[in-house]
Amino acid sequence: MSSRLRSRWAGVVRTPVGMSATALLAAVLLLAVLAPVLWSAKANAVHTDQIMQGSSAAHWMGTDNLGRDLFYRVLVATRLSVELALLATVIGVVAGLLLGTASVSLGARAGRFVTAVVNIAVAFPGLLLALFFAVIFGTGTKGAVLAIGLAIAPGFARLTHTLVATIAGRDFVAAARIAGVSRIRLLVRHVLPNVGEPLVVNATIAAGGALLAFSGLSFLGIGVRAPDYDWGRLLGDGLNGIYVHPAGALAPGVAVVVAGLAFNLFGEAIAKGIGLRTPLAGERRPSSAPAYETPARPAPAGEDPVLVVEGLRVDFPGAGGPVTPVRDVAFALRRGEAAGIVGESGAGKSLTALAIAQLIEEPGQVHADRLEFLGENLLDTSARTKRHLLGTSLAMVFQDPMTSFNPIKRIGRQLAEVAEQHQGMNRRQALARAVDRLRAVRVPAPERRARQFPHEFSGGMRQRAMISMGLMGTPALIVADEPTTALDVTVQRQVLSLLRSIRAADDVALLLISHDITVVGQVCDRVLVMYAGRVVEDLPTAELLTHARHPYTRALLAAVPDMTTDRDRPLAVIPGRPIDPANVPAGCAFAPRCAFADERCTRSDPALVPDDEGRRVACWNADLTAGQPVAAAQRGRTTSQGTAGDE
Amino acid sequence: MTNATAEVRTLPGLDGAWTRFALRRLGRLLVSVWVLVTAAFLMIHLIPGDPVRAALGTTAPLSLVRARRAALGLDDPLVVQYAHYLRDLFAGRLGTSMTSGLPVSQIIGDRLPATLGVAGYAFALAIAVSIPLGLVMAVLTRGGRGRPAELAFTSTSVVLAAIPEFLLAVGLVFVFGVHLGWVPVAGRSGPDSYVLPVLSLAVGPAAVLARIVRVETLGVLQADFIRTVRAKRLPDRFIYLRHALPNALTATITLGGLLLSAMVAGTVLVENVFAWPGLGSTIVQSILAKDYPVVQGVVLVYGVGVLAVNLAVDVALALLDPRSTIRES
Repeated sequence: MSSRLRSRWAGVVRTPVGMSATALLAAVLLLAVLAPVLWSAKANAVHTDQIMQGSSAAHWMGTDNLGRDLFYRVLVATRLSVELALLATVIGVVAGLLLGTASVSLGARAGRFVTAVVNIAVAFPGLLLALFFAVIFGTGTKGAVLAIGLAIAPGFARLTHTLVATIAGRDFVAAARIAGVSRIRLLVRHVLPNVGEPLVVNATIAAGGALLAFSGLSFLGIGVRAPDYDWGRLLGDGLNGIYVHPAGALAPGVAVVVAGLAFNLFGEAIAKGIGLRTPLAGERRPSSAPAYETPARPAPAGEDPVLVVEGLRVDFPGAGGPVTPVRDVAFALRRGEAAGIVGESGAGKSLTALAIAQLIEEPGQVHADRLEFLGENLLDTSARTKRHLLGTSLAMVFQDPMTSFNPIKRIGRQLAEVAEQHQGMNRRQALARAVDRLRAVRVPAPERRARQFPHEFSGGMRQRAMISMGLMGTPALIVADEPTTALDVTVQRQVLSLLRSIRAADDVALLLISHDITVVGQVCDRVLVMYAGRVVEDLPTAELLTHARHPYTRALLAAVPDMTTDRDRPLAVIPGRPIDPANVPAGCAFAPRCAFADERCTRSDPALVPDDEGRRVACWNADLTAGQPVAAAQRGRTTSQGTAGDE
Repeated sequence: MTNATAEVRTLPGLDGAWTRFALRRLGRLLVSVWVLVTAAFLMIHLIPGDPVRAALGTTAPLSLVRARRAALGLDDPLVVQYAHYLRDLFAGRLGTSMTSGLPVSQIIGDRLPATLGVAGYAFALAIAVSIPLGLVMAVLTRGGRGRPAELAFTSTSVVLAAIPEFLLAVGLVFVFGVHLGWVPVAGRSGPDSYVLPVLSLAVGPAAVLARIVRVETLGVLQADFIRTVRAKRLPDRFIYLRHALPNALTATITLGGLLLSAMVAGTVLVENVFAWPGLGSTIVQSILAKDYPVVQGVVLVYGVGVLAVNLAVDVALALLDPRSTIRES
């Protein structure tokens, strides 16, 4: 515990900001200790022949109205300024701790009263509280210390209260309470040690604030009085003579800012050091982009393709060179065709969808040999044309309807925007269209619903609204990225059937992204199976069970429980873990998890090649599995054999 | 037009939430006002020793002290004094200054406009600068872009925010008043006399707010719904102004309120630098002169000002973010 703490503090000092803050604070504290000892005589020496002079060789910062050297006075004033600030901070912290822990030490009822008073006090700015207390305690050094200390207290009390409330709710405190540990002991032994760090950080920052506040009060004449002097009083004196002799006001001002900054930066450096507890990110090897002998070709889409993708690649800059989570993706979609992309999370499904929709943002980079939507090349179309084309003809449906709507705008407005932007409708027409579209996706009472906010919709209703947003235009393609994952099963089925009926009614193509091969099977004509950023198999859904050749596809199918699955046995899983896109191995990416993997598989990556029927597969051993149905027996086999390939 | 009004009308389902919100907020305001008034009343009684003796000095004849105590009603039992205080407060009587003999309400009436003016302009300036600046910086530095711009902006705003307003005021007096001689540095005369006080008050909060707007906007730009907006292919300025900014502002308003109430207090220091004839210089003079009725009155005005700001923040938040009225309960 203590060594961990020490290493963390060492970490604070090691950062550049932390180092300079520590050095600055150490210098200020050192000056506070030494300056009065060394230079008091010089600072107080009166030279009546040198009154109010500017800077000279003898007096760097000039002299005051008694001819005293201002440079030395500023240095010597460090002691009093810092001392008083720390004293006030101690008072504030102690008072704050007492008030903030009242709910634990005094019991719930008294604690609530204290908390209520603190909450009201905290709404008032510190300076106002300080002035209030200064009236009560009287002007002068003692009054000002008390005033600033008590002005700090409410903020600190609130912080303590919040922290203590969090800890007090934890199990170990409850356990201690049940064990009969007294309140005070509970507080000292169990609660306070766990909230210490943020309190130390805030006390440090509060000390900086106290320093500034004190100089403010002294400046106003309410704090330190003659013959004592701190920076605030030097500043006040200096301001009166600023026309004659500006250094007199500027020097103490700079001192206050520097010292205040030293406390604040040190506090923030600690906070940052404590917050950044994660070890240095592990080294990453750059992924070598594998070269394919033959790039994948899309299966012919026939006449009138809606979408043609060839050689699609998405790059992100990584710690050890660019990472390529999507590689060499190629496929085409006919008008009205529904294709599903399946794969584990991290397989690149969603990025593929976003790349097609041109929604990958910097620093991500999309490359493709071909990317055509409705015959328009998206790679070199003007932004304007593209915006209109995609805005009216491409609909997106995202995974989480909870977070995919702007929370503070009415649903109707969020839909209407599309028509205002792309169809040139005015507000009223657009809103009418929005209501009409909501009705089209069977949202009940669409006029009322359009005026509601997203948080007033249920999850399934929100997803309908999202789909209807895509229907504001006349979409030729709906890209639905895990549209049902966040929904419960009944609602899931409703949303899927809605997508199916839209597709049937308007001949809209559908690209459905899902990790659930059964969902895809219910809705789509074709399945594209992705693994480690590549399409590894592409075949009609109807042939999944009979013609799936890629071991990964077969493993996915085998992992699906059905009515005949033996419920006493654990659910089948695909052993091993998905590939980290930053670390793709040479050869076939699935080889480490594959039961059929041989030496060739680990050496070179198989290309995605079509067979006579147009089914495509990327596997060296596709022929070994061809024609064998995916049966229950397969399940046991995949599981048991796969374990061996786990390493 | 009838359609437009129907569109703006709040939902029946929301009315309940709004009423509950308004009642709850009103209740909290009343409690706060009561605490404030009581604190202002007790202030004089908490002063150790006899405040009248302290104000008049040790050499003042006993008869004068007694007469003044009687005039202030300090000889009555505390409860009676409290009742009288509340009664006078409702009647708008705040007492009489012990030094000038003027009614405190008149002093406040004379001085308040100067303070409101300087605080109001400073707040308007801080908002007008910080929101566009924070938004532009967020857009320029989103997703790790524009590192040099980010560094320059962050370091400048940290330094500006660290300088307390009265020190900035002194610096401004030096540069613009003494060195360049462009604008007056003391008193309230023409519009140019506002320049330095307003700047001194506005710069720090503007720097803090701009940072917050940037950070909040960056956070919002990461949100899922921004991707939805982009999928609607709206122009970029729509994304930033209509979707990102309003969401970023909900968090900014809370802090903006704290800054504004701190600004109300900041006028005390700044007014004293510029010899500004507002409430800030009045309260300091009165504290030093131990003119307690005036102090009491001005503290009350400042306190009410702060409470009004807090109320305005809550209402603005409720208008901007419909969830906040529900979340609070």
